Amino acid sequence: MEALTWTGSLGGYLNPVLMVLLALLAIAVVAQFVLGFFAAPMTLQSNPDGTLEARGGALGMAETGVKWTFLASLAVVIGYIVVPLVMPYGAAGIIGEMSKRFLPVWIALIALFAVSIYYKRRLGLYGKLFDSTIGMIGFALVMFWVFTALFVGLFDMILTHDYLTQVSGLKNKVPGVPVPEGTEGAIPHYLLGGDNLARDIFSRVVTGSVFVIAIAPLATIFAFMVGITLGLPAGFYGGKLDTVLSFVANLILAFPVILLFYLLVTPEIVLTGIPSYMAAFLFVFPLIFFGVLLNSRYYTQPAKRNAIMIPVLGILAWLYVSVINQPGTVIDFIGRPVQPLYFMPINWLSNLTITLPAWFDLFDITILVVFVSVVFVNAPTVFRIVRGLTLDLRTRDYVAAAQTRGEGAWYIMLWEILPNARGPLIVDFCLRIGYTTILLGTLGFFGLGLSSESPDWGSTINEGRKLLLIYAHPALPPAVALLSLVLGLNLLADGLREESLKD
Amino acid sequence: MGLFILRRLGVMLLTALCLTFIVFWLTNLAPNLEKLAKTQGNARMSDEAVVSWLENRGYSQALPVKYGQWLGVLPGYVIEGTDGEVRARCQIPGEPVEDAATFCGILQGDWGYSTVFKDEVGTIVATRLGLTGKLMFWVMMVMVPGALIIGVLAGMREGSRTDRSLSTVSIVSTATPEYVSGVVFISVFATATFGMQWFKGTATSAMDDATFENFFLPVMTIALYGMGYIARMTRASMTEVMTAQYIRTARLKGVSFPKIVLKHALRNALIAPFTVIMLQFPWLLNGVVIVETLFNYKGFGWVLVQAAGNNDIELLLGVSIVSVFVVLITQLISDIGYVFLNPRIRIS
Repeated sequence: MEALTWTGSLGGYLNPVLMVLLALLAIAVVAQFVLGFFAAPMTLQSNPDGTLEARGGALGMAETGVKWTFLASLAVVIGYIVVPLVMPYGAAGIIGEMSKRFLPVWIALIALFAVSIYYKRRLGLYGKLFDSTIGMIGFALVMFWVFTALFVGLFDMILTHDYLTQVSGLKNKVPGVPVPEGTEGAIPHYLLGGDNLARDIFSRVVTGSVFVIAIAPLATIFAFMVGITLGLPAGFYGGKLDTVLSFVANLILAFPVILLFYLLVTPEIVLTGIPSYMAAFLFVFPLIFFGVLLNSRYYTQPAKRNAIMIPVLGILAWLYVSVINQPGTVIDFIGRPVQPLYFMPINWLSNLTITLPAWFDLFDITILVVFVSVVFVNAPTVFRIVRGLTLDLRTRDYVAAAQTRGEGAWYIMLWEILPNARGPLIVDFCLRIGYTTILLGTLGFFGLGLSSESPDWGSTINEGRKLLLIYAHPALPPAVALLSLVLGLNLLADGLREESLKD
Repeated sequence: MGLFILRRLGVMLLTALCLTFIVFWLTNLAPNLEKLAKTQGNARMSDEAVVSWLENRGYSQALPVKYGQWLGVLPGYVIEGTDGEVRARCQIPGEPVEDAATFCGILQGDWGYSTVFKDEVGTIVATRLGLTGKLMFWVMMVMVPGALIIGVLAGMREGSRTDRSLSTVSIVSTATPEYVSGVVFISVFATATFGMQWFKGTATSAMDDATFENFFLPVMTIALYGMGYIARMTRASMTEVMTAQYIRTARLKGVSFPKIVLKHALRNALIAPFTVIMLQFPWLLNGVVIVETLFNYKGFGWVLVQAAGNNDIELLLGVSIVSVFVVLITQLISDIGYVFLNPRIRIS
């Protein structure tokens, strides 16, 4: 087997074209930027006689030049991705092979975009996203990684080799290196080379997306639950409650994040059980949130309320117990008798013991401490945002109307104020997932809480940076992957903000 | 104004006390102390040996007592150990116990003794802060003007192409955490991979002698992440000012556009970015830790990593005090500065 080059035979045609186009694009961009300072602020304008007038002169030419060279370069880049799909193995080089590996992702993305754009008028804010180019690019980047994570996590599809297998002789080898005969794997090359333990970098990066896509949104949701449940009453009632909660939030925010991580995410702290207690505290908030949400709405109809609340809270409580229960830590009651009601005055009730069977524990989060600390760091910021929004919205007329109707405080907070605060909250949610991704990467970068074998991007960057000056290729792919996901989330948030401001 | 500052100072002091107490508590948890005993004493100590090692050095006292001693409001311990040796908290190494002062804590200016570096915490923190100060100075020199220029250019004509492209640039920069941009910079500009080996990949030599070659990459790495955020805030504030009535008046009077931007808009548009720049300091601290680790520049962030990794309690406390005060003082300055810069609040 020969080593793969970056673009294979395709590069012979496309590389020179792309070079020329990019050079032209750069010249046009600079020209447009410089000329832009001297020109009058006028873009395309419609004249009374029904004709359109574009800006002429040198600036107009530069603008048209930017547009067309950009579109042409984009077409060439798409060519790099599409053409290899019909070429035989190896002919289109590393980029072509990667494009083939991502084929299920391309199909899913095209299908999603086709359906969404077709129905965009009926899809509310989500549909409006497809009116903004920035938002669409961001959404595409995010969904690229979401689909990648799904296909890798559920079907083992995209990755080419096992992400932990070390193949002798491939240590720190450059991208496109052929693997020795008889090595297991979907293709006979390491597409992005081997890392310093001779594992396939491409497979590690792709597998790392599963970790991020699974943890970051979930942790952000928990942070939002905590922030909303505490921020609404703080902003609504104000007074002492607000003072105390704000002080605590500022206290956590005044901590440098890295110091907090270094103090919280260590094996010694896990031994003391502090993360377990924090998990027990933080993860109870979704229960409170949904309990109050449903109760405040349906408490006038007890039968309906019970019918809705008991299953919802039951499932949430089950998930809660499963999440906080960790074998070998302080909170571990599966298979042990517990007396849940021992404080009850009635004798037989207080002696009631339950032994939870092992199947009751649905899953174990091995990195509970990472999860908890990320939620802990994010929650105060969400709290501040929700509090600020509530302070603003509580003076609105619909709040006064609800108060006049005699609605309870929690009903007003959760069913009147919260839905009206959703715009900024959705935008912040996207940004915060990106920030959480950065935080998870930071933890990996410092080797905190995650095993060194973990394929997540931060740990892979950390592994790669040790030999960065000699071998640059192991650290770059995870860095670019993380950058593209966070960039996608930021662009998505920007598009959403723009579209939600329009109406 | 005076009352406002006094109240802020009071809250600040309370916050600092709470935060240091939390750090103190976390570093003094039993498993952490056991680790400390084993790294300082002997890795194969028995459990009894660990207990007596800790007792002899005052670590087994009650937490509030230890905290009071560290703070300097309670007299330092004098313990006659199980091995017959008398140890005092305030003992200066190499001098007899009897000469030790009664109180020695932060309030007396005694920051304690680092178990990792075998040196006074005060001197370590001072020298390392100096090095980080140098880094931060250049970061500010790059970041603040860069961000303000980008923000003002983008914000002076909302919706124009310049605005769109510069806004995208600032989004990209906020999406690039330091450990990503640092790795990319090093591999592009400091290795032979792309044929552009223009800079050095480590900044160790910059500690004594900072040159463009060895200091550019770390400075750019930190500056880039913060730049986008400040630029976006400046842009937002600039667009708001540009739609104000007095700008329209100036325009209708026939003032030229550059003059409007420079003379009328800029001063008011820069109030909001000032507070944002001040509030960026805590974030810069994060960046400093990452970049100093990545570029092996032995400043304050590097000390934080060393202290936390080895559970060097007093050094870690010193480091957290400094960082907490940096955060709180910048918050205070940003509040006062906002009041001071904004004529509407200042005059009323």
